Amino acid sequence: MALTPVLTAHWDDPNSFEITSYKKHGGYVALKNSLKMTPDEVIGIVKDSGLRGRGGAGFPTGMKWSFVPQNDGKAHYLVVNADESEPGACKDIPLMLANPHSLVEGIAIGSYAIRANHAFIYIRGEVPHAIRRVMNAVEQAYADGFLGKNIQGSGFNLDVVVHAGAGAYICGEETALLDSLEGRRGQPRLKPPFPAVAGLYASPTVVNNVETLASVPSIILNGADWFKSMGTEKSPGFKLFAVSGHVKRPGIYEAALGTPMSELLDYAGGMRKGSKLKFWIPGGSSVPMLTPDHIDIPMSYEDLSAAGTMLGTGTPMMFDHTTSVVKAVTRWLEFYKHESCGKCTPCREGTYWITGVLEKFEHGKGKEEELEVINDVCGQIAGRSFCALGDAAATPFPGAMKYFAEEFRQATKTSADASFPPSATTIFEKASV
Amino acid sequence: MSIKTITEEDIKTLETLAAKYPVRRSALLPMLHYVQSIQGMVSPAGIQVCARVLDLTPAEVAAVATFYTMFKRFPMGKHHIGVCTNTLCALLGGDELWKQLTDILGIGHDETTADGLFTLERIECQAACTVAPVVTVNWEFMDSMNPKAVRELIEKLKMGAPVQSTRGVQITSIAESGKVFAGINDGKYAESPLADDSMLAGLRVAKERKMSAPTGKGAK
Repeated sequence: MALTPVLTAHWDDPNSFEITSYKKHGGYVALKNSLKMTPDEVIGIVKDSGLRGRGGAGFPTGMKWSFVPQNDGKAHYLVVNADESEPGACKDIPLMLANPHSLVEGIAIGSYAIRANHAFIYIRGEVPHAIRRVMNAVEQAYADGFLGKNIQGSGFNLDVVVHAGAGAYICGEETALLDSLEGRRGQPRLKPPFPAVAGLYASPTVVNNVETLASVPSIILNGADWFKSMGTEKSPGFKLFAVSGHVKRPGIYEAALGTPMSELLDYAGGMRKGSKLKFWIPGGSSVPMLTPDHIDIPMSYEDLSAAGTMLGTGTPMMFDHTTSVVKAVTRWLEFYKHESCGKCTPCREGTYWITGVLEKFEHGKGKEEELEVINDVCGQIAGRSFCALGDAAATPFPGAMKYFAEEFRQATKTSADASFPPSATTIFEKASV
Repeated sequence: MSIKTITEEDIKTLETLAAKYPVRRSALLPMLHYVQSIQGMVSPAGIQVCARVLDLTPAEVAAVATFYTMFKRFPMGKHHIGVCTNTLCALLGGDELWKQLTDILGIGHDETTADGLFTLERIECQAACTVAPVVTVNWEFMDSMNPKAVRELIEKLKMGAPVQSTRGVQITSIAESGKVFAGINDGKYAESPLADDSMLAGLRVAKERKMSAPTGKGAK
């Protein structure tokens, strides 16, 4: 396996976010090519490429596009999920900063394919720097005739609106995102109907992740076979792996899917000096953790799933031997409690109670029998709420117990800070304290 | 602190925001961002104005405003300081930075200093884990922070000295950032520094080790 810079290939160009730089490297040619094909031909290429959604669920993108009913006389919408908020996920925001035009071009191609004349980019609010870059890219694309009326003389019209959220993790869930985009509280809808049938304004809608759409232009340009020459059979193509935590060089590493974590860790310079990997999470706090024993598993949808976890957002967080698992899990549960939208009782109440009990363990005051209680409550949440936030909240604790049960038992006597002094876990240089 | 009045001019801006969408109500979040940028909070008056423009009841607007963390029902200071205390940032140093900031500023979560300069908030994951621990000023990122840098940051902001965000623009005020959230382009997109070390980490290794994606038929 190897690093395969495609999306990141020109990020070191001083003006990588400008349309001039993007066009210099072949930008918007894929859109021109697409407009010469029929929409179904475009969908066909994306289907053949095997591109799977990069937002976490890994659903095949071409298939999602093909679910949109045709000739139904209704307006269709493409909505970009740019609400990157999953703890550990940090790849879409850098992508929008450095290369927003790859997203804009992907939007134009995707909209043409699903016969949408209106697209929305729903960006989480808290990232003004990324919002500016995307707003500018959209304006530049309008000015160059890649958006707007009669794009490149094709007769295809597309309007794109950049829309900022206002701080709610749940809006990364596609139906909550749609409610939020309609100017409501961001609460998930019951499915079916799926967005492809009744999405934004009850019209057929496709919701795609930023990285997914940004990957489309290169597929159209180079073909499905080129894309499939990278990755594995079930996980074709390249992926942005954002490696964070106690590693020497945290950052974005774009590699073929199926690259083992051990190789990515090597690119990232290994663990920081004098430190040993304790546990890691392949793709956001919503997927179960793994240990050093799993470091050679290929980072693909199927291999991680076979290991009892998920690729998720493909953004591994690496924690070393100084880290308290109890504290890490407690903090994640505090997050889910804060972000639960409150619609479904198991999630709203369950995250509240689990957090309370876990906090006792963090302070060395848990009781051993309460571990079973937490486990039981997790079981009561998973699969009993409208959306995946509930399932996600029920993930960190059982995942941690699988490998670190002894540490939780120790937390009936000793606080997390006593067992794992925080000063050892921080990454501050001595001179900076 | 006196709260500014929403003017006729502002209402015209709200109308423009509503006109951007096929269904006007979609503009509610941008409109709330806008009234907050004028008043430093989502006030009862701000809710009334949004309701009037969109032909909703104030209760409908308030229900939305109270759902989202970024909308504040109390007046914010000139600068909003956020400290990420989600797991990764917290462990890598965010907890210590949080404690340090509460000590320096003498305030806690969602509180404002008496001089009206700073509002402090514990914030959730900012999608910047590769540059942890992260502090935000008016939601502009200050990457890879440490106690010394935090001390200097607060000193500079107190003196009104220029502060450049590591990923965003030169720091102005939470009010200015609010306009961007409302969808109003301030034209400062190029003021942000270029891709940082963490964003270029993989590309640099690829170049060092002469690795690349296969050449495709569309290659130039």
